[in-house]
Amino acid sequence: MATATHQLDALIAQEYKHGFVTDLETDTIPRGLNEDVIRLISAKKNEPEFMLEWRLAAYRHWLTMIEPNWAHVHYPPIDYQEISYYSAPKSNKDGPKSLDEVDPELLRTYEKLGIPLKEREMLAGVVAVDAVFDSVSVGTTFKKKLGEMGIIFCSFSEAVQEHPGLVRQYLGSVVPSGDNFYAALNSAVFSDGSFVYIPKGVRCPMELSTYFRINAQNTGQFERTLIIADEGAYVSYLEGCTAPMRDENQLHAAVVELIALDNARIKYSTVQNWYPGDKEGRGGIYNFVTKRGDCRGANSHISWTQVETGSAITWKYPSVLLKGDNSVGEFYSVALTNNRQQADTGTKMIHIGKNTRSTIVSKGISAGRGQNAYRGLVKVLKSADRARNYTQCDSLLLGDRCGAHTFPYIEVKNPTAKVEHEATTSRIGEDQMFYCLQRGISAEDAVSMIVNGFCKEVFKELPMEFAVEAQKLLGVSLEGSVG
Amino acid sequence: MLKVTNLQAKIDGKEILRGVDLEVRAGEVHAIMGPNGSGKSTLAQVLAGRENYEVTGGTVEYDGSDLLELAPEERARAGLFLAFQYPVEIPGVSNVYLLKAALNAVRKHRGEPELDAMDFLTLVKDKLKLVEISQEFLYRAVNEGFSGGEKKRNEILQMAVLEPRLAILDETDSGLDIDALKIVANGVNSLRSPDRAIIMVTHYQRLLDYIVPDFVHVLSDGRIVKSGGRELALELEERGYSWLEGDAQPAAQSGARAGAGS
Repeated sequence: MATATHQLDALIAQEYKHGFVTDLETDTIPRGLNEDVIRLISAKKNEPEFMLEWRLAAYRHWLTMIEPNWAHVHYPPIDYQEISYYSAPKSNKDGPKSLDEVDPELLRTYEKLGIPLKEREMLAGVVAVDAVFDSVSVGTTFKKKLGEMGIIFCSFSEAVQEHPGLVRQYLGSVVPSGDNFYAALNSAVFSDGSFVYIPKGVRCPMELSTYFRINAQNTGQFERTLIIADEGAYVSYLEGCTAPMRDENQLHAAVVELIALDNARIKYSTVQNWYPGDKEGRGGIYNFVTKRGDCRGANSHISWTQVETGSAITWKYPSVLLKGDNSVGEFYSVALTNNRQQADTGTKMIHIGKNTRSTIVSKGISAGRGQNAYRGLVKVLKSADRARNYTQCDSLLLGDRCGAHTFPYIEVKNPTAKVEHEATTSRIGEDQMFYCLQRGISAEDAVSMIVNGFCKEVFKELPMEFAVEAQKLLGVSLEGSVG
Repeated sequence: MLKVTNLQAKIDGKEILRGVDLEVRAGEVHAIMGPNGSGKSTLAQVLAGRENYEVTGGTVEYDGSDLLELAPEERARAGLFLAFQYPVEIPGVSNVYLLKAALNAVRKHRGEPELDAMDFLTLVKDKLKLVEISQEFLYRAVNEGFSGGEKKRNEILQMAVLEPRLAILDETDSGLDIDALKIVANGVNSLRSPDRAIIMVTHYQRLLDYIVPDFVHVLSDGRIVKSGGRELALELEERGYSWLEGDAQPAAQSGARAGAGS
């Protein structure tokens, strides 16, 4: 501990030497990335040596990597030295001072979603999150209940301190630190995130949601989540929030790792609604995420359900490694792009064990000038006898300036495998619209109804209250896209 | 209730309606007959406000206001209902959901409180009997995988729930076998009332055996060329349409008000 403090002091001094201005009061460090910054992050978080080594290895690997450019998205180059890699807890210094400074479109959306005024301020970044919720009481009540069952649900930083053994065992075991450009960056600099461990045979009695936990601190732009379901365990985890979240940080590169041991099941649901930018796409979030589940045990089951309506650019492929025999992977996705939004999203199902099964249902909706791409890989290795995959990939277009693209990749190395792929592209028909209008339903309600019908197969996979919110969200996100 | 005067309309530059005159009063049932391509369905679509059709002349007065000024959904909320010839499928949207949204849109317009799920279900169950369909039907996606008969019955169910002032039934009899036709006709007949008017667009007189109209009009080449009572339909059945074709009288003379005795 003393050494850490000493190191920290030394680093701060060093930074001054380099002409940096470090204000410990605000707890942020200047822009730019180098090994010292990583040491500083690790030191500030009081991490054990193995974590620092892990971060540094990731950073060194990252330096050798080239930013990927294969996705069907376009954006100006990102200057990674212009980003500040540590700022916690959230400082509102650079944020808007009042709701008057916030994009009026965003405020209108909050109103439509019926979000209380106080929460609107929080979501828009006018006030800090903890100013709104009494997070301490909410957090502790649940934690106690879960703790009695042996369930660990805490922030990543806390897990590093309290459960270093588990962290060390599982961190990077699904998404290695050098997996891809953004994952490597995340591994080097991640600030915080969630950690979940469900012990053997335990069924988590409630939906675990970041909503409860995130209140305490802003996890920032490089979030890291690690969920482990031990043998026979079950957990349903909810990520995100239907209300559009504004953030000063444009680049978000999160990593999520899921591990399911024998007979375990993990259900991971996301509603992602980061600020998409204004109508011209200015100021929106770039969401470059690596999510992967590992069905490590026999008969294990991992399902991803996502509703992606936010962000200027989404780059995201929640995947499942089907290692255990008879394991099951599922991916249900709704991705909506409006105005200038771009999404390149899909999944990877890697069949390794015998009798492994996977299901992919992807619904892409494009409106305005939105560009929506489905990119999916189904890979059946030689070992995966009798593997089965079913893929359904539907696109819906609203208007004539948007685009839908499908990039399915199928690699089969085992002759007993069965792989099915179905794809459709349709427009909201004039006939459907007129039918609804003729029944007195407004154009916007009609679009919302038709789109929600289109997404039904995915919504039914969401936990009930999430599904209701998601439906409302699609309607609001599509406003003004008809006619 | 409805007064159509010299209505002209075209689609893709092609003239379809060339001066239609028609007056419909509350409580009346009118049948509009005519050969294929005479403009029957176009008339129904134009009245409902389909945007593909361009109205090039004439006026339509509905309950004292200019119907052509209203958007399709406003016409619907004002009580104009079109039973479609080809009802569309809307995958993933349940019948009951569409019906409830439609009814509540209409009620809101009338200044009535919106119905909650329970009250709504009670109301719908009652109406289901009219068209002899089971409740399970409500939870199927709108028209998806419905037989021809089911689709048409569904249209009448919607009509029964929405209780329009003016219902236009576009070829509601087409594709129905005799049993289904009877059910649909019974449904429609039970909805006849002194303050509701019905316009039936049909190619065959068969439907008129079951829903007896007060007036029959023959549409040919975009104009109403003959009007009469029920017996006109029977005459058409016997003689076909050809004796009337090329007989298009100037619109003004064909009579805006074509009573049974004229």
